[in-house]
Amino acid sequence: MQDQDVIREFLVESHENLSRLDQEIVELEKRPKDAALLASIFRSIHTIKGTCGFFAFSTLERITHQAEGLLCQLRDGQLELSPSLISLILETVDATRKVLASIETSGEEGPDAFEDLAERLRVAAQWKVDAGVESAPGAEGLDASPPCVAEANGGSSSSAPELGGQSWAGADGEDRRKGEDRRKEKDRRQEEGRREEDVQRHSAAADANIRVGVGLLDKLMDLVGELVLTRNQILQFNTEREDAALNATSQRLNLITSELQAGVMKTRMQPIGMVWNQLPRVVRDMSVALGKQIRLQMDGADTELDRTIIEAIKDPLVHLVRNACDHGVELPEVRVRASKRAEGILTLRAYHEGGQVNIEIGDDGAGIDVARVKQKAIEKGLLRPEQLEKLSDREILNLIFQPGFSTAQTVTNLSGRGVGMDVVKSHVEKIGGTVDVFSRAGEGATVKIKIPLTLAIIPGLVITSGGERFVIPQISLLELIRMDGDSTEKHIEYVHGTPVFRRRGSLLPIAYLNHVLGLKSAGRAEAVNIVVLQAEDRQFGLVVDGINDTQEIVVKPLGKQLKGLTLYAGATIMGDGRVALILDVLGIGQGSGVFAAHHEQARASGPQKAQSEIEKQRMLLFRAGSFERLAVPLSLVARLEVFPQSAIERAGAGQVVQYRDRILPLVSLRAVLESSGHDEEPQPDPVQVVVFNDGDRSVGMVVDQILDVVEEAIAVRQKTGRKGLLGSAVIGQRVTDFLDLNEIIQAAAESWFQGVGGQAGDKRILVAEASAFSRCMIRSGLEMAGYRVLEAGNLEDAVHALEGQPVDVVVASWDLPPEGSTALLAAMQRRPEWAKIPVLALADSNKPTQSAAARKAGFQDCQGKFDRIRVLESVAQLVSKAASAEAETVCAGEVG
Amino acid sequence: MTTETMTPKFDIAQTSGQFSTFYVGDLYFGVDVLHVQEVLCFQPMTPVPQAPEVIEGLINLRGQIVTAIDMRRRLRLPARTGCQARMNIVVRTVGGAVSLLVDEIGDVLDMDASIYERPPENLDSSAKELIRGVYKLKDRLLLVLDEERSVDLAVGRVS
Repeated sequence: MQDQDVIREFLVESHENLSRLDQEIVELEKRPKDAALLASIFRSIHTIKGTCGFFAFSTLERITHQAEGLLCQLRDGQLELSPSLISLILETVDATRKVLASIETSGEEGPDAFEDLAERLRVAAQWKVDAGVESAPGAEGLDASPPCVAEANGGSSSSAPELGGQSWAGADGEDRRKGEDRRKEKDRRQEEGRREEDVQRHSAAADANIRVGVGLLDKLMDLVGELVLTRNQILQFNTEREDAALNATSQRLNLITSELQAGVMKTRMQPIGMVWNQLPRVVRDMSVALGKQIRLQMDGADTELDRTIIEAIKDPLVHLVRNACDHGVELPEVRVRASKRAEGILTLRAYHEGGQVNIEIGDDGAGIDVARVKQKAIEKGLLRPEQLEKLSDREILNLIFQPGFSTAQTVTNLSGRGVGMDVVKSHVEKIGGTVDVFSRAGEGATVKIKIPLTLAIIPGLVITSGGERFVIPQISLLELIRMDGDSTEKHIEYVHGTPVFRRRGSLLPIAYLNHVLGLKSAGRAEAVNIVVLQAEDRQFGLVVDGINDTQEIVVKPLGKQLKGLTLYAGATIMGDGRVALILDVLGIGQGSGVFAAHHEQARASGPQKAQSEIEKQRMLLFRAGSFERLAVPLSLVARLEVFPQSAIERAGAGQVVQYRDRILPLVSLRAVLESSGHDEEPQPDPVQVVVFNDGDRSVGMVVDQILDVVEEAIAVRQKTGRKGLLGSAVIGQRVTDFLDLNEIIQAAAESWFQGVGGQAGDKRILVAEASAFSRCMIRSGLEMAGYRVLEAGNLEDAVHALEGQPVDVVVASWDLPPEGSTALLAAMQRRPEWAKIPVLALADSNKPTQSAAARKAGFQDCQGKFDRIRVLESVAQLVSKAASAEAETVCAGEVG
Repeated sequence: MTTETMTPKFDIAQTSGQFSTFYVGDLYFGVDVLHVQEVLCFQPMTPVPQAPEVIEGLINLRGQIVTAIDMRRRLRLPARTGCQARMNIVVRTVGGAVSLLVDEIGDVLDMDASIYERPPENLDSSAKELIRGVYKLKDRLLLVLDEERSVDLAVGRVS
């Protein structure tokens, strides 16, 4: 009867040792003279041998013992390291693994005694020992360098005295045993000393770390998921009540839950190196088998990922690496002919980017031959030649992810069976990731995998359709479009019965969620909401009845009865306790048919172009009080400053600081946003201040911490209601609140600027801009300068506004729907009373071509959309010009 | 005991013991009480568009999402008239908990193997595949429902 727990412990430990061994042995091949490495390998083998002697696992003990003997020779320099020896040692590791697996399942060592392997190991060690003795006869006699066999014996007898001694005394040659007792004694002492060291090192590690079962962590994660759901319910409950105490408690609960969630997530994080560990071995075996020279470079092995994801990408990664070795890197002679180094380099990179982890597997081989991919696609009947003509090189490269595709000239037993890349793709997509391949002829190919950090809790957008709520994972969300009912017909057009939408000049296929799901449509809605989604590299618009909210949701799997449905990715529990389904964006796209014709589709523009058309902005992210993520457009920020507390003075009701020979009024963002008594919390020292310039006056906004500057396309969700905030949007996969600078500065610095905007008086400015967010930004700027502002979201609204009341200046964005701001200009030119109104065009800040085009088209001026100062200057100029022109006409009238 | 009979233990467990009973239409069913997790009155349900029609929806069972199967539709019985709320019998299956929507809940009954019989051969095929056997009670027949097969929608599907 053996203690199962102890055996389990032994297995866990041995597996750890073995995975380290794999890596170290491959490493050793590169640096054969590295004594520390050899010693470490020796120790690992020795530990396994020692423990299995204790458990009387004789097969295991025999092979590890022989391997140890061999290693010992190597360590003492009596044996030269050769690839065949390395292979032999690796074979031992494999055999050990096999036996361990057998012990794990059946408790026994299994039938295979590995006699042959043990014999080969013994011969390898023995033969060289003799050679070593001959070449250096004196060495053996010296106590200072004890011969190896003794060392091996000493090791075995100290850890497993009976078994080790009995079974192997004979094999090692009895003659050597004589007169070696003293030496053995010495070795044993050395061995013991080494062990003590080990124990000390181990216990230090044990103090700082404990081993926790994965099951427990999973359970914890589940509980945190439940807690997040309960938190959501409480928060919802809270909004329905006017109870200050409940409010405060639920805010606190909110914070603690978020922190706990982050903490537990962290415990599940593992460095990607865990998976990479086995790759050096894979590459080594592949290169030996293929006769290639391949060096593996790993970069970012400490990049952390949720363990469920680590598990999921293990196989795809191994496959990609095998693929790169087999098809990517060329044979040495081919490489030399192409004047490259004979040794190919395989690079693995992992890094975090925007809430995702990117993994790149690149080689410096021949690259993927586009012509061959084409030819293969035709041979395999995947596409017709005329279809291929329409595809870009990049799209052709992506054909390798099609099922049943392989360009290898020969099918090897290692890879190239035509299954694989499509499996890789489906694996990665299953966990919400994407795969992409890049190649340059003659320089190599790179496969890039993007995967989310975690699967368990994701941000999602809650929408309604047919009276039911659904959740769309935010990762596939690009933007939200809302159109008022009257204009709907004009915006959604039909191409041969297929609905499409003109989005910034390109056609977006449209699907109606109600139709896809077979739900009743809500009748004539007053507005149409389009959720623009991206799955793989294709985009489509999904028309939904309503857009509610963004939430952190806990993904729960569906029962097996519903597994066949591709429309859903899972379900979650909402704040009110009801279940809501999570839409699978890819499934919805396929279900609605917007993807069906994807190869036929003439996507002349290509996905990359569409990507660049998404509105990108640079945003400054910071934190203040209980608001973890706040943002303002960077174009509005003049400087970031740090002041010591001592520099802050009081003047009037507020705080000021002397700054560049002027007085800079300070606004505590925390005080403005949390008007309750939070202000007594001490401000950090020094204070971080965001300085805004507005004409010739400046305001400093005190924040808790500057987080980041990001440039990203922003999916805005409009929601006001809280003082000082414009609304929220998703930046870097997280919901971020946008500051209403106007209100903030007004609220806290009224005394400073009273009457400043007076001269702008009653001038009316019409702001015609599609994006509600940009409109708000421009509006707050203009209002701060004292103008009255009218807003319009499209051409029709703008004309309507002009009809309503006299306007002094029109500010129109270049891409004003439906046909750009030139249409507005043309409409204004047709009406004599509007023709004189100056129009300022707003261009996307990074497109100077628009500016030139705008002036040509007859606009008075053109400025970057987020260049607030220039916009204000320009508006002021136009206003005064218009005023003087008016005065002139009045004069002219009088004279005439 | 070990050599007493070659009958699989499985059968013994199925043919005697306690059964949780319920009504669907005019049929009287029982499931092994050990496989019943709980019985609930009608729960708020989230429909699943485009799902097989026997799936009534999803319910939130203390944070666990459970699929509810309408037993009337599963057995191809006519839809129920009237608006009486149906009951959920949550059964444990290999694939997790599943709720069976039934008309009414009966008692938990002790059954003896002596009155057990295989299902009649001429039983309607839609029901036959889901029924393990029949207990001949004094006044009526109790049909033993195979909960695993009931929740496996591949069983009894007419294509």
